[in-house]
Amino acid sequence: MAKGIRDKVAILGMGCAKFGERWDKDEDQLMLEAYEEAMADAGIEASQIDAAWLGAAFDAQNIGPSGIPLAVALRLPDIGVTKVENYCASGTESFRGAVYAVASGACDIALAMGAEKLKDTGYGGLPVRTRGTTHDMVGITGSAPGNFAQLASAYRGVHGVGKDDLKRAMAHVSVKSHANGAKNPKAHLQKAVTMDQVLNAPMIAEPLGLFDCCGVSDGAACAIVTTPEIARALGKTDIVTVKALQLATSNGWEMQAQGWNGSYFHTTRVAATKAYDEAGITDPRAQLSLIEVHDCFSVTELVTMEDLHISKEGEGWRDVLDGFYDSDGAIPCQIDGGLKCFGHPIGASGLRMIYENYLQILGRAGERQRQDNPVFALSHNLGGMPNQNVSSIAIIGRADA
Amino acid sequence: MSEFGILSFGAYVPITRLQRSAIHATNGWFAGGLRGLAKGEKAVANWDEDSVTMALEAARDALDGIDRTRVQRVAIASTTLPFADRQNAGIVKEALNLPDAVGALDVAGSQRAATSALLAALGGNETTLVTATEITTPKPASEREMTSGDAAAAILVGTGTPIATLVASHSVTLDFVDHFREAGEAHDYDWEARWVRDEGFARIMNPAIAELLKKAGIEGGAIDHLLVPVAVKGVPEMLAKKAGIGEGAVADTLGASLGHAGAAHALVMLAAALEKAKAGERILLASFGQGCDLLLFEVTGAIGSVKPRLGVSGWLARRIESSNYAKYLFHRGLLELDRGARAEHDSKTALTALWRNRKAVLGLVGGRCTKTGTVQFPKSEVSVNANDHAVGTQEDHPLAEVPAKVMTWTADALTYSPDPPSYYGNIDFVGGGRMMAEFTDFAGDALDVGADLRMMFRIKAFDENRGFRRYFWKAAPAF
Repeated sequence: MAKGIRDKVAILGMGCAKFGERWDKDEDQLMLEAYEEAMADAGIEASQIDAAWLGAAFDAQNIGPSGIPLAVALRLPDIGVTKVENYCASGTESFRGAVYAVASGACDIALAMGAEKLKDTGYGGLPVRTRGTTHDMVGITGSAPGNFAQLASAYRGVHGVGKDDLKRAMAHVSVKSHANGAKNPKAHLQKAVTMDQVLNAPMIAEPLGLFDCCGVSDGAACAIVTTPEIARALGKTDIVTVKALQLATSNGWEMQAQGWNGSYFHTTRVAATKAYDEAGITDPRAQLSLIEVHDCFSVTELVTMEDLHISKEGEGWRDVLDGFYDSDGAIPCQIDGGLKCFGHPIGASGLRMIYENYLQILGRAGERQRQDNPVFALSHNLGGMPNQNVSSIAIIGRADA
Repeated sequence: MSEFGILSFGAYVPITRLQRSAIHATNGWFAGGLRGLAKGEKAVANWDEDSVTMALEAARDALDGIDRTRVQRVAIASTTLPFADRQNAGIVKEALNLPDAVGALDVAGSQRAATSALLAALGGNETTLVTATEITTPKPASEREMTSGDAAAAILVGTGTPIATLVASHSVTLDFVDHFREAGEAHDYDWEARWVRDEGFARIMNPAIAELLKKAGIEGGAIDHLLVPVAVKGVPEMLAKKAGIGEGAVADTLGASLGHAGAAHALVMLAAALEKAKAGERILLASFGQGCDLLLFEVTGAIGSVKPRLGVSGWLARRIESSNYAKYLFHRGLLELDRGARAEHDSKTALTALWRNRKAVLGLVGGRCTKTGTVQFPKSEVSVNANDHAVGTQEDHPLAEVPAKVMTWTADALTYSPDPPSYYGNIDFVGGGRMMAEFTDFAGDALDVGADLRMMFRIKAFDENRGFRRYFWKAAPAF
């Protein structure tokens, strides 16, 4: 039985670019922005980095599908750089690569970068891409909101939740994230919204209105990881370690067999169970301090609360309406604004979530800092569609927890 | 004892009925003379339909309850076939999931293409599925725009227990050009209707009908159904009178409810007549176009023993009224709208992958695990069964005729669709099998979880860069 990743790797430093419509910057400049903050935090020189991983899902920054864009942007010292992509889990994938490299003993210090430049497409939303010759002949050419909106029809059907109740719970998710994003200077959207605004917004994909959808942004985030021993040797006293890293990828069961009911993410449930086991968490509802989940759409966040085994199945919408996940609730969700307001540059998102959790555990989150000394913080990404996806979970926490 | 003749029949009429008053409301300022034609409605194909998809639906209608392996040849007759060089009948064959060992034939070039194809089938000895189909695109504000409609029909001819047999036929061929359309052109050019009526229909068809009756050895009064697939009012009555055919025998040309479906109209009217015909009755089908084809059928005692799934009357009853003339114009490429950047998606089809996956893509053939019974789409080497990933156990499992239900759905206003919002979702086939499907032909709020579905063969995407259209199956409301 594998021993898992728990406490084998420490986060030495992190950085995050300002997310948003970064019309004036290319991806290499955004990566540098995140990198410089992370390096200053880590207190190391570039020559001390043994290997690097780049997570990006769409455009390959003019140089092609390789690690070269990251190496060039940061002028890394001819080390091994690998590009990884796994839809919206790409940022967490780059983190996984770096963490595993350190845990294996192959590297002392490794760097993970996630970046995406989405605002060069010429329109809002994600670029329309082929998914391969065969898929394009039998699959649908829908949008991301259209794919995720289907969770709502299935959730209502399975749990007997009224259309208005679900819509209000979804709206609460968005109102909450906007309120949180308003306190975050690096967030893309920093304006609070009202329940009425959310409920009456134009429909994007039934039943998702404009405010049920996350921002499409440019951005980058970076992590530098090492062993706890090296971190201490480098002078770090307040150590944040990796408690769990789990990834679950659909094998086609949800999409092709008839066992899945469409109202939840099978992969998240699998990854969550394994992640808690790896991190030694037995009661996530009691033990998790705060969470960052893949709120690409309000309904996604809502069902994820159940898939993470925090809310009971079919009752996540009640917890949401009760304020359980608000910034002053029992477990704040998206205390930084989430994908909804911090923004969602695909490849950067996973690392942006870990960045917020890292800041919160260290008490460095400024105006939005949670005051009850967070111990365990979970981040979660979903890539693909509800019926075929990749789900990643990263739990970090105090080294002594 | 087996005989040769018509074994079954079917039709297809697209669901949308464009109100002619809506056309006139837009064009009346310019073409006020069309006011007299601004009555009733015409059937117009959806953006994702063409002559091939319509022929396929007519074929499914005709083959309901019939063993498809009986079909030895497939013919498609039309002047609006989507491919000039790719056998259109071959696409129909694949979509019907017929065995590979069948013949195929595309017949085109004239308004009587359908009757020519039907005569050829009746003159042969193979069981032939004759389909006729037309999707017309007349110039806006033309008389033809008012009178035309889109439809298809199918007649299965062969050995068995015919419901009608051919008693006599007569054809004449003359290069009488009443209208024309050069290859590659979108619209027909019409000559004066009065000349067409007097010098064409009257001078060519009257003597030909007389000759046919002489060949058959009967008088006009013996005809029970006179089918004249002509849009010009009064022509069927004129021909009937001249031939001594009773007024009551003149069949409705379906002008008010459907419109004139070009080369398909002869078989549409034949399918409509066969729905009503009784044993012993005689049907005269008079099809015009650079001469004419005349076919005289006698209905047998077997009439009523086979029925189309819906037939012309059933399809006409399945309708959604539309007064959105702009939408019709856009769908026919007659009105350029700003489709937005999302429409720039490249829909190139890898012909290698299409060939490899032709059964799944064109025939909607999935897989069934012979070990566990799990049905899945598409078929794969390793079963998707959660508890038994058996390898190499799957057999072909056709899903096109299997009913399905909505599992999840959305109405997506963001993604590009020629008919926004785009409806799609996960569907479950009754008895196993699931797929993410686009929905088509849904009206208003009819779509919800659990709704019953029927699969329909449609255009999935147009590759405008290369002039290719991609077909696949979509889910429509059950009927």
